[in-house]
Amino acid sequence: MAELTYREAVRSAMREEMRSDPRVILMGESITGYGGSYAVTKGLVEEFGPKRVMETPIAEAGIVGFAVGAAMGGLRPVAELMTVNFALLALDQIVNSAAKFHYMFGGQWSVPLVVRTVSGFGQLGPTHSQTFEGWFASVPGLKVVMPATPADAKGLLLAAIRDPDPVIFIEHSLLYSTKGEVPEQEGLEVPIGRAAVVREGTDVTLVGYSRMLLQALHAAEVLEREDGVSCEVIDLRTLRPLDYPTVVGSVARTHRLVLCGEDWRTGGFGGSLLSEIQDRSFDDLDAPIARVAMRDIPLPYSRKLEQQLIPASQQIVEAVRRMS
Amino acid sequence: MYRKMVQIRHFEDHAAEAYAQAKVGGFLHLYIGEEAVAVGAVAAVREDDHILGHYRDHGYALARGCDVKACMAELFGRETGLCHGRGGSMHLADATKHFWGGHAIVGSHIPIGAGMAYAMQYREEPLVVLDFFGDGATGNGIFHEGLNMAALWNLPVVFICENNLYGMGATLAEESPVSDMMIKAEGYTMPAVQCDGMDVLSVYGAVQQAAEHCRSGKGPFFVEAMTYRFRGHSMADPELYRDKEEVRRWRELDPIPRFGDFLVQHRITSPQELAEVNEEVEAEMLEAVRFADDSPWPDPDSVDRWIYAKPINPEAPEEAPSMAGDPAGAAT
Ligand SMILES: Cc1ncc(C[n+]2csc(CCOP(=O)(O)OP(=O)(O)O)c2C)c(N)n1
Ligand SMILES: [Mg+2]
Repeated sequence: MAELTYREAVRSAMREEMRSDPRVILMGESITGYGGSYAVTKGLVEEFGPKRVMETPIAEAGIVGFAVGAAMGGLRPVAELMTVNFALLALDQIVNSAAKFHYMFGGQWSVPLVVRTVSGFGQLGPTHSQTFEGWFASVPGLKVVMPATPADAKGLLLAAIRDPDPVIFIEHSLLYSTKGEVPEQEGLEVPIGRAAVVREGTDVTLVGYSRMLLQALHAAEVLEREDGVSCEVIDLRTLRPLDYPTVVGSVARTHRLVLCGEDWRTGGFGGSLLSEIQDRSFDDLDAPIARVAMRDIPLPYSRKLEQQLIPASQQIVEAVRRMS
Repeated sequence: MYRKMVQIRHFEDHAAEAYAQAKVGGFLHLYIGEEAVAVGAVAAVREDDHILGHYRDHGYALARGCDVKACMAELFGRETGLCHGRGGSMHLADATKHFWGGHAIVGSHIPIGAGMAYAMQYREEPLVVLDFFGDGATGNGIFHEGLNMAALWNLPVVFICENNLYGMGATLAEESPVSDMMIKAEGYTMPAVQCDGMDVLSVYGAVQQAAEHCRSGKGPFFVEAMTYRFRGHSMADPELYRDKEEVRRWRELDPIPRFGDFLVQHRITSPQELAEVNEEVEAEMLEAVRFADDSPWPDPDSVDRWIYAKPINPEAPEEAPSMAGDPAGAAT
C-alpha cells in the first residue's frame, strides 16, 4: 500500500492506463501547461506529449462531441470538464450522443468514453457550487461513478477507462487533498456497480458517496460515542448501475436508513433512491427513510450563508436522533 | 451515380406512401430534390472514408450502398431494420459501411466527425470524414465549436453544408446574417468552395478536391452545396412559408433528369437504358417495401438490449475484480 492523495490517485490511474494503452488520450481546458484547474493532470503532457494530452478550446459540448467521435474512431478518450457546472453545456452530447448510440444504432458500436468532472463548493457562488449527479444517473446508457477515497478513485477510474460504455466520473474538489492507502499493484480495478460497506453496524444504515461518505463516517463516530448508536455505513461508489442488494441487505439488518447527498432535495439523486428502497425494503423498515440533502436554494457566496446550507455530519446525526 | 439518385428518389416516394398508410411513423424527412449532394459527395471518396450526416439521412445511407431492404425495414420499425428498429428514419447507420449515422440533434455530429477525424490522424490513416449538415445547423454553437477544433488541429474532415434555403420553416434571411454559409468557414481559416447541389458532377468535383486536400494533411475543408428540398421539411409540414412558384422553379433543376440528359447528350447512355434503370430500381423498391412489411417486429423481450455494451448487473454481482483491459476497439 502507498499513501496517495485523491488527486494523485486519479492522476496515477490515467498515467498507468496511458502507459499500457496507446489508445487512451486526455482532453480538456487548461489541462496541459496549467495542469488542470485542480492540478489533476499535472505532468502528464510532459510524459505523453500534446497529441495524447490535448489542450482544448473552452467548448464543453464540442469537447464531449469530439471525444465521442474519437471513441467511435477507436480511441479511449478521457475528457475533463473543469467542473460539473460547465458540464451543463455538454449535456446534449452526453445524453443524446454518448448515452444513445449503442442503443439506437442497434448495438453496432459503443462509446468508450470517460467524462471526468468535479463537483464541490467553497465560496464559489451560485453558478459554481452545484452538483447534478441525479441528472446523469437518470439516463439509461450512462454509468455514473463518484468515488470517496483515493483507492476507489484510482481503481474506479481504471475500470471506467477500460469500460466500453460512457462513464461520467465525478470527483469532489474538497476531496482532492485527502489521503488514503492505495494498492501499489498497477492496473488494479475497482469494479463499477458495486457499493462497499465501509463500517459495519446494527442500528441504522447511513448511505453516502463522494464527500458525503466522509460526513456519514464522522456522523457514525459521533453517534456511537454520544448516543451508543451503532451505524452501518455504505459507500455507493457507483450511482448507475446502483448496487441495491447491498443497501437492501443492510436495511434488513438495521431496519433504519438515512440517505446522505449534497444535491438539491427536489429532484436530487436521493429521491429516486428512496423510492426504490421503499419498494424493496418496506417490510424491513422500522422508521421512514430519512434524507439529508441540500435545501432548494442556490448556494450563496457569503461564507456564513454557505455554511448554513452545506449538508454535513451534524444533519446526519440529527436525522438519526429524530428516528429513535 | 444516376442509379443511386434514382434509388433515393424511389425509396423516398415509397417511404412517403408507407407513411400515409401509417406503416412508417414519427418524423420522416425526405431527401427528394437533394439527391445529387449525397450521391456526388459519396462517389468522390473512398469506400472506407467515414460518413456522418443529419436526420434527413436516407440519401447518405443509400449513396453509401447500405442494404435497401434493411433501410426500409428500419423505417417500418422491424427487427430486420438497419438498426433493428431502435433508431428509425432519422437514425440509420451501418458501421460496416463506415456510415456512422443520421444524427437528429441539429449540429451535434459536427464535433463528432472532427473527433473521428482525429482518430484517423492519430493512427496516421489516410482516411477522411464527410460530415453533412444543413444551413440551419450553422446557427448552432456546436457547429462553431466543431469547426474551430477541426481547424485548430488540422483534421481530415470535409464539412458539407447542404444549403437548401430553409431550416424547417425559417428562411435563410431569418436564420443567418449571411446567405452563403461558406463565409462562416473563413473565420476558421478553412478553405471553402460552393457547388451546384442540383448537379451531381459539380458536387463530385467539389468534394473530390476537398477530400484530396484533407488526405494530403492540409486540414479540414468546407463544401457548400446549393440545393433545395422539393417536399416539406417533414411529412408534417404544411409548407406555409414558401410559395409554389419558387418550388416549381427549383423543380425544373431536378438533378435526376438533368444528369440523365447529360449522359444521353454525351452518348454515355441511351434513354432506353435510363428507363431500364428506373424500372429496375422501382422493382427493387417494391421488393424492399414487401420485405419490410413482411418482416417481424422486434421481440418485446429484447427492448432492453444494447443499453450497454457491457451491462453490469449489481443484482447478480460476480466475484473477483478483473484486471484485464478490453482488447477490442470501439466498433464491434
Ligand atoms: C438542437 C435541435 N433543435 C431543434 C431541432 C428541430 N429541428 C429539426 S430539423 C430542424 C431544421 C434544420 O434545418 P437545416 O439544418 O437547414 O437542415 P434541413 O432540414 O434543411 O436539411 C429543426 C429546427 C432539432 N432536431 N435539434
Ligand atoms: Mg436547410
